[in-house]
Amino acid sequence: MSTVAVPREAHAPAPHAHAHAAPTSFWRKYIFSLDHKVIGKQYMFYALFMLVIGGLLATLVRYQLAWPGRPLPFMGKLAPEGMPGGQMLPEFYNSLFTMHATIMIFFAVMPLLIGAFGNYVVPIQIGARDMAFPKLNMASFWTAVPGAVVIIWSFFVTGGAAAGGWTSYAPLSAVQPRGQTLWLIALLILGLSSLLTAVNFITTIINMRAPGLSFFRLPLTVWALFITAVLLLLALPVLSAAMIMLLFDRTLGTTFFLPTGLIVSGQPLTNAGGGQPLLWQHLFWFFGHPEVYIMILPAMGITSEILPVFSRKPVFGYRAMAYSMMGIAGLGWIVWGHHMFQSGMNPILGTTFMISTMVIAVPSAIKTFNWLGTLWGGNIHFATPMLNALSFVSMFVIGGLSGVFMASTPVDIFIHDTYFIVGHIHYVLFGGSLFGAFAGLYYWYPKMFGRMMSERWGKIHWAITFVTFNLVFFPMHFLGMRGMPRRIYDYTQYTHLKGLQPMNQFMTISLFVLGLGQLILVANFFLSMRRGRPAGNNPWHANTLEWQTTSPPPHENFTGRIPTVYRGPYEYSVPGHGSDYWPQSEPGGPAPAHHG
Amino acid sequence: MKKTFGALSAARPVRSALFVLAAALSPAAAGAWPTWMRLPEQVSTYAPRIDDMFHLIMWITGVIFVLVEGVLLLFLWKYRSRPGREVHYTHGNNRLEVIWTIIPALICVMLALLSRRIWEDVKEHMPHDALEIRVTGEQFAWNILYPGPDGKFGTPDDIATLNQLHFPVGKAVVATLSSKDVIHSFFLPEFRVKQDAVPGMKTRIWFEANKVGHWEIACAELCGLGHFRMKGFVTVDTPEEYQKWLAEQSAAQAADNAPAAAAAPAPPAAAPEAAPAPAAAPEKGGTS
Repeated sequence: MSTVAVPREAHAPAPHAHAHAAPTSFWRKYIFSLDHKVIGKQYMFYALFMLVIGGLLATLVRYQLAWPGRPLPFMGKLAPEGMPGGQMLPEFYNSLFTMHATIMIFFAVMPLLIGAFGNYVVPIQIGARDMAFPKLNMASFWTAVPGAVVIIWSFFVTGGAAAGGWTSYAPLSAVQPRGQTLWLIALLILGLSSLLTAVNFITTIINMRAPGLSFFRLPLTVWALFITAVLLLLALPVLSAAMIMLLFDRTLGTTFFLPTGLIVSGQPLTNAGGGQPLLWQHLFWFFGHPEVYIMILPAMGITSEILPVFSRKPVFGYRAMAYSMMGIAGLGWIVWGHHMFQSGMNPILGTTFMISTMVIAVPSAIKTFNWLGTLWGGNIHFATPMLNALSFVSMFVIGGLSGVFMASTPVDIFIHDTYFIVGHIHYVLFGGSLFGAFAGLYYWYPKMFGRMMSERWGKIHWAITFVTFNLVFFPMHFLGMRGMPRRIYDYTQYTHLKGLQPMNQFMTISLFVLGLGQLILVANFFLSMRRGRPAGNNPWHANTLEWQTTSPPPHENFTGRIPTVYRGPYEYSVPGHGSDYWPQSEPGGPAPAHHG
Repeated sequence: MKKTFGALSAARPVRSALFVLAAALSPAAAGAWPTWMRLPEQVSTYAPRIDDMFHLIMWITGVIFVLVEGVLLLFLWKYRSRPGREVHYTHGNNRLEVIWTIIPALICVMLALLSRRIWEDVKEHMPHDALEIRVTGEQFAWNILYPGPDGKFGTPDDIATLNQLHFPVGKAVVATLSSKDVIHSFFLPEFRVKQDAVPGMKTRIWFEANKVGHWEIACAELCGLGHFRMKGFVTVDTPEEYQKWLAEQSAAQAADNAPAAAAAPAPPAAAPEAAPAPAAAPEKGGTS
């Protein structure tokens, strides 16, 4: 990609025909809106709602782990089938952690990072009036809604929601009750929605950048979402194919994943034969590992965006940041087998996947060192977005380093499928993705709602979250080291695990505090919409284009002409320049050679 | 001949030195750390090698963790906003990029190469002259099959137990894992053994106990509502006691089978083959 700034015609007609006047009817403005900003907000509320549900499911899981078998009377009324008299049944427990993971991954973290921030921020940051395909964008969101409806509905069908783990390993997932079918349908619907989004992002970022905005002048958030969209586009069809095969195994009598001679509950499965259970795992993880990066790359982008703003300093190693994201996206395709070291896959193949997995740690290390380099010699302001972005960095370090243990095949023999893994994924997905999402939320809230959130309550929320997060999830590594398996309803069945109950209770109580602490965010979020201090266009004194328009931006984002971009996104504290920031759209001065 | 799986190999001084360092610094060796921060006791011959690798990674990542978080905190303190703070305007440094690409890459590749040797010895090279058994998972129990006095599987003197795994100390055991229904995972925490038991597949693993005692088998792969109670029992006997137990089982089984054999010739209970022949039978049973 040429980095020479070739100004394009500022008023190039968008390759779609949508009305240029803002819609006035309630339905067109707030419900079936074509405006990426409204759709971004819709995704945000959708994701935050599902985040609450996912969190409540986790609370029930942790309650059972702290006090196995102790009744919870009010749940006897809420879920009489899963918790008769408040006593949790094993199958209900299995549904809880299955649905917790499914909802958090597909219905909370992905829509929050990609649907909400991606939709809201990308078009404005690249100086576009909207996404390339606004109707497709609307269709993405309104396809995601029935997905959520089906997944919630599945709690109420006979046999309850899916209980085969979010990985849904066959043949178990082929013989589970009906909830598993709804799980497949919900994820197929959602997969379609994500595909539409991916196509839209890729097209928008390639074609609709403002004049002068070359690829290497893009904000790193845009880079991250671009690469994420490419991963989504390539990975999701594999998952969808696997899920359709499983759906056929369940409903049409095919046997993609069912080997000959299965006897389930004493009943031979007549239609079983010729299938291969490991095929599901290969297909699932071929999608599943890129999926991990789909959830972390946008958060990396947000962090890379926020660190320079609050350090008042250019990002360290801009190109290294972009290239390392590409490296992650490339290597992400050849590491899936590390989820299958103990599956019965040929151990020689295990060695191959171990080496590729060890290598993928390198781009993550590069990013971490560049974040440190960004802070070095800066003028660091500890605003709430910054605190959350710094938490991302420090927690991602733990999540990354704990991954090295599993990457080593012999060590993985012991810690595979134990709580060590659960600790690792939560350091990546909560410590990483969710802190990144919180950082983005605090950072772009003023742009989205035109008012500032309370800094004081934001900091209190951050402090509670940061401390209790570590209290809940760090001990998981110790549980894993003692050999406590994941997905286990009652570990006190095992003599060698009985002694772990006090630690589990400590973690659960910490989780209660963590959960309650999120009420502060909810209150801050809603109260600030009315009461917050007006934000002005650019409260953080940031350079990227979204801060050079009003808060919230008008319909079609920029009044008058699309801005022209003169330099890279992170020109902070340029020597000899009057102020410590220099908006991308502000003319004057030679563009620094490094980004030009 | 079976290899000696000692923790160290004199021919590889660097690797040995690293493992000695890891072992010496390991919390288990120091004995100072509380139980819940240590790995379980080591009952198999290769458990110390796996644990050394664990501790080596723990120390390497631990040092990196302290350095990175330390530098982060230092920078946050040192460069916190103060009036008149001069910002060091820079876009990066290519030499640094190269350095911090190469060093992590070398560490990671080194860890991979060290791991590879242990992995090969544990999962690829099966010992000869081992006690052969078959372990077949089903919802929610472990069927364990011994070849019996004639040393052959599929003969009437095979010994089948449910959830009771006995073997002698100091003798390698090769277990062929499979499953009747869904995927299970055969997990012996104190032996550092974990291997999925997959229907339609036969996976061979080996282990050798270095002490006598009682431990538990856990299922480590979600297999349905009874997954949490799919527990088995391991007894490592002295060779004499093992022979005695085997004889008892053999006698008990002969007594049990006598009336049954009169009625139906096929021995019940045991799963002689991992994947039983498909029976022409009722429709697909939706189970949970």
